[in-house]
Amino acid sequence: MKRFSGDISLVLGGAAGQGVQTVEALLVQVLKREGYNVFASKEYMSRIRGGSNSTEIRITDTKRRAFVKRIDLLFAMDKGVIPHLKDRISERTLVFGEKEKVGTLANHEIYDVPFTRFANELGNPIFTSTVAVGIALGVLGADLEAFETYLREHFERKGEEIVKKNIEAAQKGYTFGKHLAYDEGIEVHIKREKKVSEELLMEGSEALGLGTLAGGCNYISSYPMSPGTVLLNYLAAHGKPFGVVVDQAEDEIAAINQGLGAGYAGARAVVTTSGGGFSLMTEGVSLAGMIETPIVIHIGQRPGPATGLPTRTEQGDLNLALYAGHGEFPRVILAPGTHQETFSLARHAFYLADKYQIPVFILMDQYLIDSIVSFPKDDLTVKLVEHFIVETKEDYRRYEITKDGISPRGIPGHGTGLVCVDSDEHDESAHITESASVRLLMHEKRLRKSIGITDEALLPTEIGNLKDAETLIVAWGSNRGVLEEALELSGNTAVAGLHFHQVYPLPEKAKKSFKGKKIVVLENNASGQFANVLRLEYGIKVTESILKYDGDPFSVEEVVEKIKALV
Amino acid sequence: MPANTDMAWCPGCGNFPILNIIKMALSELDIPPEEVVMCSGIGQAAKTPQYLRVHYFNGLHGRALPPAIAIKNSNPSLTVIAESGDGDTYGEGGNHFLHTIRRNPNITNIVHNNMVYGLTKGQASPTSEKGMKTPVQVDGVVLEPFNPVATAITLGATFVGRVFSGDILQAKEIVKQAILHKGYALVDVFQPCIVFNKQNTYQWFKENTYYLDETHEKGNRSKALDIAFNMEKMALGVIYQAAEKPSYETLVRAGAEPLYKTPLDTGALSQLIEGYSK
Repeated sequence: MKRFSGDISLVLGGAAGQGVQTVEALLVQVLKREGYNVFASKEYMSRIRGGSNSTEIRITDTKRRAFVKRIDLLFAMDKGVIPHLKDRISERTLVFGEKEKVGTLANHEIYDVPFTRFANELGNPIFTSTVAVGIALGVLGADLEAFETYLREHFERKGEEIVKKNIEAAQKGYTFGKHLAYDEGIEVHIKREKKVSEELLMEGSEALGLGTLAGGCNYISSYPMSPGTVLLNYLAAHGKPFGVVVDQAEDEIAAINQGLGAGYAGARAVVTTSGGGFSLMTEGVSLAGMIETPIVIHIGQRPGPATGLPTRTEQGDLNLALYAGHGEFPRVILAPGTHQETFSLARHAFYLADKYQIPVFILMDQYLIDSIVSFPKDDLTVKLVEHFIVETKEDYRRYEITKDGISPRGIPGHGTGLVCVDSDEHDESAHITESASVRLLMHEKRLRKSIGITDEALLPTEIGNLKDAETLIVAWGSNRGVLEEALELSGNTAVAGLHFHQVYPLPEKAKKSFKGKKIVVLENNASGQFANVLRLEYGIKVTESILKYDGDPFSVEEVVEKIKALV
Repeated sequence: MPANTDMAWCPGCGNFPILNIIKMALSELDIPPEEVVMCSGIGQAAKTPQYLRVHYFNGLHGRALPPAIAIKNSNPSLTVIAESGDGDTYGEGGNHFLHTIRRNPNITNIVHNNMVYGLTKGQASPTSEKGMKTPVQVDGVVLEPFNPVATAITLGATFVGRVFSGDILQAKEIVKQAILHKGYALVDVFQPCIVFNKQNTYQWFKENTYYLDETHEKGNRSKALDIAFNMEKMALGVIYQAAEKPSYETLVRAGAEPLYKTPLDTGALSQLIEGYSK
């Protein structure tokens, strides 16, 4: 049977440098323009050339934002692909590739598709990606028009000749793909909707970048580290019209200390890194707590310890964010589950950091950062930024004791007062003190901010019918999409889901959702870090954990299986 | 400073004259306190801002420079001075020292160099002389001393001076020049630690230093380096001063409006978002 309907998983595989990501970017863009719902996620090796990488594009009738293990159509660009993905290839998988390049697969037909031969016929192997997209569109039974328009827009500035050649390449591939599908009886039926074609299409990293700008960010100092670098790149590429100062720091220690200097001087600063780089930043987190200077910290998680698996995914740094920095001080940890949440939480992070003068974390991971999806424009709203700074008077004291613990924050040069901050314990005017009574007043003032912070904590998202469910599956961060889909597919009303996008501190109000239920926590780590936070914050005992820590994201299939096994 | 301020320095400490040097320099240059931000790290030298009427950011050990860069970037109209000791600046903060010079922000970096760790009680600092015995270097220091002046010149600093805290008048003049200089300016301040450094005393500094006179070509880099490498008899004065080059805060941003005043351009953001619907 070669008929696919409603939900298709198309996987592109190849060596680094072969253009897999180019094909992915082109294909999702064109499919979205044609009104298809798409969701793409990728896995790649920590190298610049060679190896074996793949990207999965799901094309579905209803919106999905999760990885499936299943491969329906596999486009293999080189010989490493089949061995690399063999566990995901089933009898139903249709494999396409150039025979002389991809090798063979026992008892499995491989459709010979001349990606490079067509490109070479057009005079340059550079057209391979365009040919490949053309073939894929032909096999899928999609239109070619949107692709031609895209190529025209994209290559216009390179001259008419390049545009012509690319369109020729696309047509050649497309015609070939159409004929192949017809000859082999391949049928693909996926719904197309006009409104989807008008939606926004972006990577998680782009949602993060936009949300950061929406939060009023105008300062970034960071040191490159995968997968955190994406935000540094984004603000370097798009931050100029927003007056964002971009500094590539000599190390992560400098980065966060610069971020705090900028925050002290009234900028809205962010630092971005991954777990390893963040380890170096922890002294700065503690400093933020003491000098009560806002800072937003993005951690793009990847598996550790140490260098770990640099390009893979994990939710292993919740504990790190929770406990980083010596001493006691309030903090907030946010962990978006969707692209829309990534945008709104990035903005929210700057609001919280500024209002409470604290470090606020955004925990993402490689999987969410690199995934691409489309969603309605109205999901992202732009509004003016709320600021919490005051103009100082001559008698200004930076650490004035207040009821809610928040001392009005002045900025040097804004008003007639002096703005002083000190990493030593200090009095209201920031002079060093060793007075025990002042210490108590100051420490309690800082910790008192937690009351307001907890009152404002974001409520988790309910998935399914919580009221009637006996079992509650709890997820956080990037696992929202996979939990939503797996619960829907399992169709068992005795099981519901709860997704936290603020993981610390937890809102008091959500505690009652757990009452009388069997609690299962789903997370991408080995020790159940969020299960521990639930126990810490709510005093809840978690019945079971669904854990994964091999560097890959959860697949819908495996979560469905786990849910079945629970009931 | 209020009269009842409890000074954390030992009586007779070389930090006192340095405090006076900075006070006099700022007052003679007529820079109002509310336009000055001092950044410091940790250690006895790093407490200096506590005793001045200026804005200050007294951060972490070794980290006076990163906040100083960021403050200058965030509000270029402020006069930013980073001040710390030799251990803080050249040891714990060594990497920041190197890369701050490469960036060339328009800030002044004053380093109290007493060739010993004071607050942790007498261990070697990066500038300690070879052979100096300490509670840790029990057989004497075996490492080559760090040469901040030569390092700064090599990395392209456009103002490098060295002064002695025992000569307030000369030191003050050079600190003033450093503040007025556009770009990163280093002033390494020789200073005795009367408690922990019995080797490099007031007398020792007097005997082992000399003043550069008007014949010194301070714009001549190789001559300046020759002077910097002479550790037997060490020069005081402006050792190297080159033509000013664009400073970091003019390169990484447009204009000089303080960042706290720049509102979010919601129109531009909406447009950027709209671009993702194509």
